[in-house]
Amino acid sequence: MATYTEKVMEHFKNPKNMGEMADADGKGEVGNPSCGDVMTVYIKVKDNRISDISFQTFGCVAAVATSSMVTELARGKTLDEGMKLTRADVAESLGGLPPIKMHCSNLAADALHAAIEDYRKKKGPA
Amino acid sequence: MTRMDVYLDNSATTRVDPLVVEAMLPYFTERFGNPSSIHSKGVEARDAVEVARKQVAKLINAKPSEIVFTSGGTEGDNLAILGGARAMNAADSSRNVVVCSNVEHPAVLNTCKDLAGSGFSFSEAKVNPSGILELSEAQSHVSSKTALASIMLANNEVGTIQPVTAVAKLCHENGVLMHTDAVQAVGKIPIDVKELDVDLLSLASHKFHGPKGVGALYIRDGVKIKPIFGGGGHERGLRSGTENVPGIVGLGMAAQIAAQNLPKDIEKMGKLRDRLIDGLSGLSRAFLNGDRNQRLPNNVNYRFLGVEGEALITLLDEDGICASTGSACSSKKLRASHVLTALGLEDWQAHGSLRLTLSRFSTKEEIDYALEKIPQAVNTLRRMSPVWAKLERGEKIEDVKNGHVH
Repeated sequence: MATYTEKVMEHFKNPKNMGEMADADGKGEVGNPSCGDVMTVYIKVKDNRISDISFQTFGCVAAVATSSMVTELARGKTLDEGMKLTRADVAESLGGLPPIKMHCSNLAADALHAAIEDYRKKKGPA
Repeated sequence: MTRMDVYLDNSATTRVDPLVVEAMLPYFTERFGNPSSIHSKGVEARDAVEVARKQVAKLINAKPSEIVFTSGGTEGDNLAILGGARAMNAADSSRNVVVCSNVEHPAVLNTCKDLAGSGFSFSEAKVNPSGILELSEAQSHVSSKTALASIMLANNEVGTIQPVTAVAKLCHENGVLMHTDAVQAVGKIPIDVKELDVDLLSLASHKFHGPKGVGALYIRDGVKIKPIFGGGGHERGLRSGTENVPGIVGLGMAAQIAAQNLPKDIEKMGKLRDRLIDGLSGLSRAFLNGDRNQRLPNNVNYRFLGVEGEALITLLDEDGICASTGSACSSKKLRASHVLTALGLEDWQAHGSLRLTLSRFSTKEEIDYALEKIPQAVNTLRRMSPVWAKLERGEKIEDVKNGHVH
């Protein structure tokens, strides 16, 4: 089994902002069931900021922890700031990930970006 | 319930029996001789190796002269397949095909595939959805061109017991050498090489309460194989290298204990296995992988849809339970288990599989503890799983458009 940092284990055991959001303004789903990881990020947007955020994840320890972390990092940020959150930001905030698990941090950032894009698409051109 | 340490990963490895350790210890410090030496220290080590050879032979109803000691299951499989196929091919160059099933351990599967790069071709027989190799399928792969076939006695992931005797008969009708990887079967089911009618059988000590790094290959009297590495010609020239005397002594003792306890162990493990299977059957969308009846008495393998295996193993580990999974993320590979997909499972289903394997040291208390903790862990992960949410809504599970590919 991969060796995880304490921070990863903490987010895995007690994930933050976990659950479906029925009235989300934007929703981003990435990953593939066949690869063993699927993430959905839901956002509420108020005054161009991410006012609420939650996730659902099917996946390994790293997938759950990175989802939890990305929701913590994105909460309260403007949409542009959210789009700038990188895969590296997520992995670094968790104190690093085993090399074979880096794709999980990619997924978490991608799910956030997909949710923001979904919101922008629904809202139409500004 | 208070926290317990529960080891349910006995197909990975087992606890060494204290009696085995006790038997081994003098061979590190006092009786440390080299069995090839002529002096008394050498003789005493040689005698110990020969006692162990008898103990191992007795466990599988072989003659001591038919046992060659190896470093374990992987070496035994390699020696049998490479050595057996090359000897057959040397005697008759038209025999250049090796056959194995698609649920073999990598030690067999990859060795057969490697042979395909050096003058042989490889033919892979496919198991049915319960993991069993049907004779008609075996028939379509075995011919007068076949040098060797290797079909495991019992599968390491789903515990399915293969019809080895029938396949051996088919092989012999076609003049083909038959090997079986019995690594997971020893100490779990009775093994009689005469009844199985195989030419080669490999086993590993650490799967039945012996030490790691030692195993044995049964080579039927009269069967010719070529050694796979050169050296001083130990073990009748088939396996050069100074014998691992303490390890061999430990293997011998483990074999003796396994033989003595087998009927009792089978009954005990079988009852606990059934308790575990029945206890988990109440969970929704939980399915037993592998055949319910043609199954090792110590193997349980369940798939819980909507959860991923590594996450499940990690949650259980927090509760003190050691288990394993056929899932991608648990091992160093990111692919779903080749055994579970060979049974016809889709990758996303295979990812949610949990393997629980028992030993003679397993107890009812441990099983009941596991039966309390496993559903909790499964439900925790399902609560956060979008795949589970979709299943609950009756939606189809498909890869998403913007999904990534590893």
